[in-house]
Amino acid sequence: MAMAGTVARRGLFARPTAKTGVWGWMTTVDHKKIGILYGVTAFVFFLIGGLEAIFIRLQLAGPNGKILDAELYNQFFTMHGLTMIFLVVMPMGVALMNFMIPLMIGARDVAFPRLNAFSYWVFLLGGLFLYSSFFLGGAPDGGWFGYAPLSTTLETQGMTFYSLGLQILGIASLAGAVNFIVTIVNMRAPGMTMMRLPVFIWMSLVTSFLLLFAMPVIAVALFQLMFDRVFDANFFRLSAGGDPILWQHLFWLFGHPEVYIMILPAMGIVSDVLPTFARKPLFGYAALVFAGIAIGVMGWGVWAHHMFAVGLGPVANSAFALSTMFIAVPTGVKIFNWLGTLWGGDIRFKPPLLFALGFVSMFIIGGLSGVTHAIVPSDAQQTDTYYIVAHFHYVLFGGAIFGLFAGLYYWWPKFFGRMLGDGIGKLHFWLMFIGFNLTFGPMHILGLQGQPRRTYTYPEGMGWDVWNFVETIGAFVIGLSALTFLVNVVASRRRGQEAGADPWDGRTLEWSISSPPPEHNFDEIPVVRDRDDFWHRKYRENVPAGEPAPVIAGGAGDHGHIHLPSPSYFPLLAAIGIPIAAYGVVLIGREVGGGPIVIAAGLLLTLLSVFGWAIEPGTEE
Amino acid sequence: MGTHEVAADHHTSTGLDNTKLAMWGFLGSECLFFGSLISTYLLYRNRVLSGPTPHEIYDIPYTSVSSFVLLMSSLTMVLALAAIQRGDHRGLRVWLLATAFLGMTFIGGQIYEFTTFVEEGLKLQTSTFGSSFFVLTGFHGAHVTVGILMLLMLVGMSLAGRLDPVSEGSRKVELIGLYWHFVDIVWIVIFMIVYLVPTN
Repeated sequence: MAMAGTVARRGLFARPTAKTGVWGWMTTVDHKKIGILYGVTAFVFFLIGGLEAIFIRLQLAGPNGKILDAELYNQFFTMHGLTMIFLVVMPMGVALMNFMIPLMIGARDVAFPRLNAFSYWVFLLGGLFLYSSFFLGGAPDGGWFGYAPLSTTLETQGMTFYSLGLQILGIASLAGAVNFIVTIVNMRAPGMTMMRLPVFIWMSLVTSFLLLFAMPVIAVALFQLMFDRVFDANFFRLSAGGDPILWQHLFWLFGHPEVYIMILPAMGIVSDVLPTFARKPLFGYAALVFAGIAIGVMGWGVWAHHMFAVGLGPVANSAFALSTMFIAVPTGVKIFNWLGTLWGGDIRFKPPLLFALGFVSMFIIGGLSGVTHAIVPSDAQQTDTYYIVAHFHYVLFGGAIFGLFAGLYYWWPKFFGRMLGDGIGKLHFWLMFIGFNLTFGPMHILGLQGQPRRTYTYPEGMGWDVWNFVETIGAFVIGLSALTFLVNVVASRRRGQEAGADPWDGRTLEWSISSPPPEHNFDEIPVVRDRDDFWHRKYRENVPAGEPAPVIAGGAGDHGHIHLPSPSYFPLLAAIGIPIAAYGVVLIGREVGGGPIVIAAGLLLTLLSVFGWAIEPGTEE
Repeated sequence: MGTHEVAADHHTSTGLDNTKLAMWGFLGSECLFFGSLISTYLLYRNRVLSGPTPHEIYDIPYTSVSSFVLLMSSLTMVLALAAIQRGDHRGLRVWLLATAFLGMTFIGGQIYEFTTFVEEGLKLQTSTFGSSFFVLTGFHGAHVTVGILMLLMLVGMSLAGRLDPVSEGSRKVELIGLYWHFVDIVWIVIFMIVYLVPTN
């Protein structure tokens, strides 16, 4: 805090000093504030994506729906998918990682605080860029998977926004992944060996590696799509010998690791929540960690099971069928780890545990229907039906979203110092659990009865009416559950119970400091002696006799010597240049002129900002 | 970028420098980026429905010379790092500028090559070969250009005294050097696969 009162002029312009207010948030490099920004943004997108889903369900509530026309329906289901994947599940995981990684490994911040801020701003601007398409001639309408040549030939400009918007979001993910890898590998407190890391940290590390290697693959595919759409290249143009299967390979080579990018953080959260509320150590820590790594590795060898209906040939199909069945093994290991953790535990049914149990049970259903896709002849019948929609909502909503809510309820007191309501939290869980199963359970049946995905309406007399109506009711129950959560948040802000440092009798380092944590996290960097170190310190197991009782850190200690990274304008400025350049490409695609100038202006802004960033010291003395 | 972001009182768990670890991670990611572009090229190099085929248009001796120029820039980059490790800022700037100059020569050669190809009838829009060739080599050229900008920035930082002390300066030069060598190695792969492997 040596910078208070002094304005150093070593950079391009004076360093920002505001810690509160709008400028405080816009220039912050504090991982906790950035985590909150990520979380709030992701939740707003969750509401928007949910609203799109409500419209989709209204349209499909009965036969011959008239709420949306075909064009708008295509935009809504595409944007619903893109929003929930890239703007909700991924960033909500990143929000929790941002807030929790330094606290759980005993660090004062992430390795690159300004890069962290840059990631957030690029993510936010990428999301806004994608949504601006609604007002600029129509949103992406070729599905989240963007199959060529449909995506290259659609007359509307939506898929140009798709190719650029996902590219921008990919930059944010890549920067975040590098940051988290270095933080976890390099900034652990003394004694925090890799095999003492909380499982959430392990899964964040595996997720970051998946992002690191998956993002460049989709980046290439998106560039090819952009060159085809905007500059008349021939990557996917059939008449010039282009190969649409290339898109599918590149997309799913990214897309399947992406599935694990979304689910692994939730698996990590659940692996930390279950021991806390069962008051037992995690059962089979090493097996769980290695199963997570195995999923991360094997996730690269299963992509073509998304392409069984393409006709790759029996050898390729059989190989990918086998690898897909094999990846169920480490997943099954994890399930038994979780069950073993609960077995014989002193279980407290608090909202975080309920959501974690919701995760485990719903993920088992989604995992099992996933195994049915591995069987090629069966998959040929399921492809492009609602059975697939049921499957991936069971893993991504029943799995990832329930897991993320478990994390939100679990760590909320650490974020804000106040508890979320217990009763209303349980109401939220049961509404979401019932609404979820009402919405997506019947899709298994409808899919097997042959209802196709991505079709904006269906005729009478198909026998699909009843279950579709039930699903629409379910969607509204989910909407109600989201509102319940909002009410819970507002009530907690106004008159929530003070949390104290350790409301759940936790096991890991983040519970050893005050809630919310001080800006510098730890007065003294802790020395870790054991897995679940805080638990052992509290209950004095494995503490050498004669050592003083551990003091819970945090509060008003003397921390004048701690140099925290200083706020900076440059991450935000560098991020702003990127969507500007992307709008320039959109202009070229519309042949309205001015595009190259706008691209150059955007790139120049980013370049100058990166230059200012590079010569600015991380911490002002 | 190359600034040390962590408060100096924090030693890393592995003993590796944070920025260097981040650069290795980023370069790992770049392998997949160029890997995907090269795979696309390999898929399309024999599918020429219109316009020139690869070996009707490549000028191997010309590209060999510009590849040699880029390869030599790795040598001057090493000499730049050796200079700053001795604390020799003048030597550092000479070798950095030499590296940047060799890089610019390579880029100039690429611009000339692209222009010639377009005159001979190969454009981005001509064929799948044209699309995959220009996008692959174009992205490599963009990487070299970014590298040149970073080299020039190091020269400026050296002049402004921002590369002191020697350990800090060496760290920054080494970091940019890692990137530069990587981009060189990628070109060696591209040169062999794109230019030297014969097509049918």
